[in-house]
Amino acid sequence: MDHLDQLEAQSVYILREAYHSFSNLCMPWSMGKDSNVLIWLSKKAFCGKIPYPVLHIDTTYEFPEMLEFREWARKEYDLDLIVKINEDARAGRGSYTQSVGYETHDPVTVTHELKTVALQQVMAERKFDALITGIRRDEDPTRAKERYFSPRNAEFEWDYKDQPPEFWNQFTTAIEPGEHIRVQPLLDWAEVDIWRYIERENIPIPTMYFARPGEDGKKYRFRSLGCWPITKPVESTASNISEIIAELLVTKTSERAGRAQDHHERNAMQKLRAKGFM
Amino acid sequence: MQTTLEPTKVPTSDISLPTSQKLRIVIVGHVDHGKSTLIGRLFHDTNSLPEGKVEQIRKASELEGMEFEFAFLLDALLEEQAQNITIDTTQLPFRTEKREYVIIDAPGHKEFLKNMVTGAASADAAILLIDANEGIQEQSKRHAYLLSLLGIRQIVVAVNKMDLVGYRQERFEKVRSDYTEFLGKLGIVPQHFVPMSAKLGLNITQASPELAWHKGPAILEALEQFQISAPPDDLPLRFVLQDIYRFDERRILAGRIETGSLQVGQEIVFWPDGKSSRVKSIEEWNAPEPPTSALVGESVAITLEEQIFVERGDIGSAPDHGPAEGREIHASLFWLQNDPLPLNVPFTLKLGTQSVEARLVEITRVLDSSTLEPLAGNPGIIHKNEVADVRIRARKPIAFDRHDRISETGRFVIVTGKRIGGGGIIREAEYQDEKRLAGAAENLTWTVSPVTRESRAENFGHRGAVLWLTGLSGSGKSTLATGLEYHLHRRGIFSYILDGDNLRHGLCANLGFSAEDRSENIRRAGETARLMAEAGLVVICSLISPFRADRDNVRKICQRDGIPFAEVFINAPLDVCEARDPRGLYKKARAGEIKEFTGITSPYEAPLAPELELRTAEHTLDNTLLDLTHFAVELSRIPEPQIAEELARGAGI
Repeated sequence: MDHLDQLEAQSVYILREAYHSFSNLCMPWSMGKDSNVLIWLSKKAFCGKIPYPVLHIDTTYEFPEMLEFREWARKEYDLDLIVKINEDARAGRGSYTQSVGYETHDPVTVTHELKTVALQQVMAERKFDALITGIRRDEDPTRAKERYFSPRNAEFEWDYKDQPPEFWNQFTTAIEPGEHIRVQPLLDWAEVDIWRYIERENIPIPTMYFARPGEDGKKYRFRSLGCWPITKPVESTASNISEIIAELLVTKTSERAGRAQDHHERNAMQKLRAKGFM
Repeated sequence: MQTTLEPTKVPTSDISLPTSQKLRIVIVGHVDHGKSTLIGRLFHDTNSLPEGKVEQIRKASELEGMEFEFAFLLDALLEEQAQNITIDTTQLPFRTEKREYVIIDAPGHKEFLKNMVTGAASADAAILLIDANEGIQEQSKRHAYLLSLLGIRQIVVAVNKMDLVGYRQERFEKVRSDYTEFLGKLGIVPQHFVPMSAKLGLNITQASPELAWHKGPAILEALEQFQISAPPDDLPLRFVLQDIYRFDERRILAGRIETGSLQVGQEIVFWPDGKSSRVKSIEEWNAPEPPTSALVGESVAITLEEQIFVERGDIGSAPDHGPAEGREIHASLFWLQNDPLPLNVPFTLKLGTQSVEARLVEITRVLDSSTLEPLAGNPGIIHKNEVADVRIRARKPIAFDRHDRISETGRFVIVTGKRIGGGGIIREAEYQDEKRLAGAAENLTWTVSPVTRESRAENFGHRGAVLWLTGLSGSGKSTLATGLEYHLHRRGIFSYILDGDNLRHGLCANLGFSAEDRSENIRRAGETARLMAEAGLVVICSLISPFRADRDNVRKICQRDGIPFAEVFINAPLDVCEARDPRGLYKKARAGEIKEFTGITSPYEAPLAPELELRTAEHTLDNTLLDLTHFAVELSRIPEPQIAEELARGAGI
């Protein structure tokens, strides 16, 4: 087995453990590259059937191309798709005195309200006991401390100071009422592994990851995809996966450099994650 | 808009890409002996930091009013910078020309041992860090002991802070000789001892003039010599079963090949219990053609030629190289949880995908982790961060290996409450029939308590329940009932069949076939079933029981007393039953020889909402019986809260 085979085997093992351990699990899906790898791995784990619903938290600031991809993938993969919008926040009703959006609020606040709070709402509605997420250790220092099976309390908080031990492929699968588990099968994958796997398996992804000419004549591509007002492309000439991989091997820019909510203030990512952001 | 919806294979570039496989290193040692500093230094000296990272940390340090230190590079979280203690396993990659590495920043503070174990358990190699000035400290020993339990064999000892001892060789030699002696007791022979200074960057990537007397490699040179652990390819097959999927008519067995390999067509035996079948196929989604073999490490899905009763937890092997099987194991155990682990209090033992209730029946010795000497007296309890040799007894047989033979199936964790509390490795195993041994241990004392339904369930390892099989004569009730009893019996589940015909020979001998007598017949059967379930048995009732009201009455009788009850509708069309006519009863009824025969001259009221419906005319007997068995096993399972309460009681919480 090569390295990708090993990563795949471990992720499949984790997905199967999750499916066995939880009666009501769900897989958030952003349509990004990691998310699509998760879909692919789920197909592999369950012989072509994805036996849990897939959840898209729609911030209403999605790139149109991503929404088109969503509809295509829903049919292609026969997904049980849940689309969740924090309608109250956008409309400024319920507990919100005004509409929340990038036009009026800072990125950390918007990300929290339209992603984390929306997730909390759908968790309350559907009573999911586990979420399969696509986070990776190499994305961000706070994610490096994660476990494959990571408990969150009823307030969505992550007690990173006192995490249960996890070794020999034995995971935390029992929860207290109100808790849920974040299952993170891609934790050990690096960005370059994701790309190599997409290339090897021919996994469909949105084309926004590939370089296109910008207005200034230079070429740009998206390295990480989020809400359009706060996600900026990076300068790049990589127009296919091989070129992206070659680019990654020499770059020293961090993957999420184009994601404004991470950099809005010092320790923004840590604050977002402690409050339940993935 | 253009999307890669129908992706074409992109041409691969000519650039030869290095493998992204990494050597995983854990860095352990006593608190303040310089682990984080060494890591920061390794990152810096291999040019592995993102642009601007050092500047960012310098600024952050200034904001905190602290002098810049290399250790800060790793301390991503605020409070770590504040406390100057690394709190958790952090995995960070760096590259050399030769290959990629991942450093698992294992902390040294005593409180955080469970994080160190989490990180170290997956490491290929370890750096044991020792302060040249302070020498061997408590955690220098404890961590080494854990490395030996976790099976890490590639070790370099870094003797740090040589600058503080004037680069004196005799100080280094003293530390080397002391530590070599200690490690020898654990069976650890480090490949290298390296004198160095993380703070000043000496002997990190290459030899430093200050330490010219050292003839061995620098730290990085030592690491470059280590190998990425590959799964051993010469061990017998251990296929650990995770789940059984029935997305369609096939039963797909999903699991991982922990060791060995597997071929289509080969005989495979599942343990415990030694059930045998052949591998019919290896299923793989999106594969150009179905695989015919699978290798060590692969997560696979297989189907079997012959349907046998297997379930999650079973370990598949080749016929002549099976694992050991038994209820008792001898193990070395490390305990990480605040609440101590006492004798004779039930916990959950997880080995592979097996999960079984077990207890410590003997604590042979608890080791003082500083001296590795046994603690005086017989403690009868294992406290946090202690290691011990123990004897464990499981409620039912489990399959396992000796750790030095096959480590993947020779190690386990212990779960108390809802969290993993510790782990252990199996020291001894009898690779033969162990029932005699287990029998000898029968006399060991167990906590004596008033005999309740719960304690009976605990004793049996399952709870009592009533499965009420209803259906036409000839629908398959008796066949399924006897098959089910056999399967339950083989699994150690105590069960008994109450058969309608048999009851009429004794308990119900005075009853006829009028509607009234039929009702009474069912009532008596129901009350008897309830009593037997109360006693702890899984009672399989096989009666035509044609009337809904009678069956509902039995349901009430059981549910009133909290006995799990399931109505199982054995559904086959009348014409099929009549064609089967195993006892020639339909023929007699048609001939008028039997009056009031259900389906012919007397009605059958089908269940409206049975807990399980089995259509015996549409599915094979094997599949139907497997469905029924799975259902019965689940019904008899002791619910989680009961186990939790029992744990709480046992632990005196």
